[in-house]
Amino acid sequence: MANSKVSQDTGDLKLDRVSKHYGDFCAVDDLSLIVPDGSFFALLGPSGCGKTTTLRMIAGLEEPSAGTISIGETDITTQKSYRRNVNTVFQNYALFPHLTIFENIAFGLRRRGIKDVKTEVENALNLVEMGHLAERKPNQLSGGQQQRIAVARAIVNRPEVLLLDEPLGALDLKLRRQMQIELKRIQTEVGITFIHVTHDQEEAMTMADTIAVMNQGKIEQMGSATDLYEAPKTAFVANFLGQCNLIKGKITSRSGDKAIVTAKGLNFEVPLSRVATTNDSVFLGVRPEKLRLDDTGVNSIKNCVVTDRSFVGTSTQYMVRAPWDLELVVFEQNDEGLHDLRVGDTVSLEWDPEHTFALDGAGDINAGADLDDDE
Amino acid sequence: MAFLHAVSSGTSATKGVLKSKSLTPYLLLAPGLIWLVTFFIIPIFSLASTSTMVRPDGAQVGVYEQKLRFANYVDAFVANQDQYLRSFFYAALATLLALAIAYPLAYAIAFKSGKYRNILLVMVIAPFFTSFLLRTIAWTQILADSGPVVSTIQLLPFIDDLFRINNTSTAVVIGLAYNFLPFMTLPLYASLERIDPRTLEAAGDLYANGLTTFRKVTLPLSMPGVVAGTLLTFIPAAGDYVNAAILGNPSTKMIGNVIESRFFAVVDYPTAAALSFTLMATILILVTLYIRKSGTDELV
Repeated sequence: MANSKVSQDTGDLKLDRVSKHYGDFCAVDDLSLIVPDGSFFALLGPSGCGKTTTLRMIAGLEEPSAGTISIGETDITTQKSYRRNVNTVFQNYALFPHLTIFENIAFGLRRRGIKDVKTEVENALNLVEMGHLAERKPNQLSGGQQQRIAVARAIVNRPEVLLLDEPLGALDLKLRRQMQIELKRIQTEVGITFIHVTHDQEEAMTMADTIAVMNQGKIEQMGSATDLYEAPKTAFVANFLGQCNLIKGKITSRSGDKAIVTAKGLNFEVPLSRVATTNDSVFLGVRPEKLRLDDTGVNSIKNCVVTDRSFVGTSTQYMVRAPWDLELVVFEQNDEGLHDLRVGDTVSLEWDPEHTFALDGAGDINAGADLDDDE
Repeated sequence: MAFLHAVSSGTSATKGVLKSKSLTPYLLLAPGLIWLVTFFIIPIFSLASTSTMVRPDGAQVGVYEQKLRFANYVDAFVANQDQYLRSFFYAALATLLALAIAYPLAYAIAFKSGKYRNILLVMVIAPFFTSFLLRTIAWTQILADSGPVVSTIQLLPFIDDLFRINNTSTAVVIGLAYNFLPFMTLPLYASLERIDPRTLEAAGDLYANGLTTFRKVTLPLSMPGVVAGTLLTFIPAAGDYVNAAILGNPSTKMIGNVIESRFFAVVDYPTAAALSFTLMATILILVTLYIRKSGTDELV
C-alpha cells in the first residue's frame, strides 16, 4: 500500500526556474537544471552559495518559493519528503542512535511495509563492505564506517535520485580519497542518479560526470570537469576550480578564428572559440601549469622577476612578478627541463594560444579565489 | 658524582610528588564524604535504631528504649496499609498526569519555540520562586466550590450542583502533578533537545510520516528523559504530605501524612521511623524494577 504512494517511474530530474527566499535573502535564484537519469552530478560551490538549499528542495525538506521540480513526468514540487522516492545521505550521517546498523538500514524498507527485509539489508551492507557490523550501534562505529552505513541506508530503498550532502566533509583526507573512489564504484554498480553537494572542487572533479558550479544562488557554469577547468566561462569558475592567472586586458582585434588581447602594450593571442564574452574588456586567463619559463612562444611576457619559490614534490611553484603590478603563478614539472630559478632571478614567461581563454572583464577579478579550501 | 646526586635527588622528589598525589583524591573527596556521613549515614542509622525501639511501661511521652522489636514494622504496616497503598496509587496517577502535560510542553520548547525558548524555560521554573505551601494553598482557591474550575464544569448538563473538587482525591492528584511538573518537564526537555533534528529529517526522508517519526525515533530517543522525569516526580510524590493535607480530606491521607503525625502529633517515633523505612525500601524496589523494565537496552 505505502509502496504505491511512492512514484515509481524513472527519468531525468528537472528543476525549472526554482527559487528559494528566506525573508529578503535569496538562497536560490531562478535556477534551472536537468540531471540525466543515472548520472553522477555534482553541485559545487562555496558555503552559502545555495547548493544545500537546492538539495533540500529536491529532498522535500524545503519547499521552493517559486518554480517546479520533477522526476520524469511526475511533478514533486509539493510532495512531502516521505512520499518522494528520493533519499539523502546527510552531512553528519544522521543515523538513528537507538537502532542497530541492521535496523537503521531496514528503516526505509519497513516504513514502506516490506516485511522481508533481511536479504535486501544484507545486500546493501555487502555493497558497502560492512556486513560484519550489522548488530552494532552507530556510536560504536568510526566516521568512515558510519558514512558507509548512511549510504547503505539510503541506497537500500533503490531511490530514483540519491542526494549526498557534503558526505565526506567529516572524514580525514586519506579516508576521503578512499570514499570518493568507493562512492563512484557504488554509483556505477547501482546506476542510480547521484547528486553530490560539495565545496571541495577536487572531490567534485574526481567523482562527477557533470559539475554545476554555483555562486550566490545561481549556476555559473555546468559541464565536465575538463570543460570547467580548461575552458572556464567566468572569473569565478576560473578561480574556484584550481588556480588561475588572470590578466586584465582589452580585445583590440577579432579576425578569422583568433582574437588579440592587449594588456600593458603587450599583445596576446586567443582562439575566438575560447573567448567567453562579446565585451571588449576582458580577463585573459591561463592556468599555472600551462606557463613556461621561456620567451619563444606567441604569448609571452619578458623581464619578469621571481618573487617566491616553493618545492612541492611533483612540481616547483614560482611566484613571478610581471613588469607591471601583477603576480603570476607558474608550476614547473620536476623533470629534465627544470630551470631551478632563485628568488630575484629575471625570467620570461610564455604560453600557447590554445591554453588561453578570455572572460568577461566586468566582474571581480578575484571572485571565488579564496573560497575553495574550507567552510 | 654530581650526575648521580642529581639522579638520586630527582627520584626522591618524584616520590614526594607521588605521596602527595596519592592523598589528593581523598582530600578532594573529604568534604563530600563528611557531608554524606553527617547528613545521611548517621541519620539513617539513628532512624533505623529508633524504628525498633519500644516505649517502656509508665514512661513519659516521647521516651523510648532499644528492644530490637522488629514487629514494629508489621504493626506499623498493618495499621496504615490503606494510606500506604493510596500513596503509591496517587503518586502513579500524578506521574502519568504530569507526563501527559509535560511531554507536549517539553517537545514544544525543544523543537518549536524558536527565540522564545529561554523565556519558556524560565516560566517552567518560575513557580519555584514562591513557596511550595503557598502554591498548594493557591490551588484551594482555583478549585474552590465557587471557583472558576468547578463553576465551569457545573455548566455541563450531567453534572449536579453538589459537584466539587476541593478536598477530594482528584484535588490531591492535581496538586501533586502540578507541584512536581518542573521535575518532569526539565529532564524531558533535556533529552528532547539533545536529539539531532537531522535524525528526524532522515526519518522523513526514509518514508516515515510525522506520527511514525515520533513513534520510531523521537519517543525512543527521549526515553532517558521519560525515565528520569517519572522517577523525579514519582519518588517525591509518593512521600509527599502537603498536598493531601491542604487539598484532601481525612480519607485521602497519604503515608507522608501518617509519618508526619506520628512524629509530631502522636510522638510515636518507632512507628514513624518504621513507616519511613518501609517507604524508602518500597520506593527503592519499585525504582529498581522500573529502571530494569524500561530497559537500559532501550536507552542510548
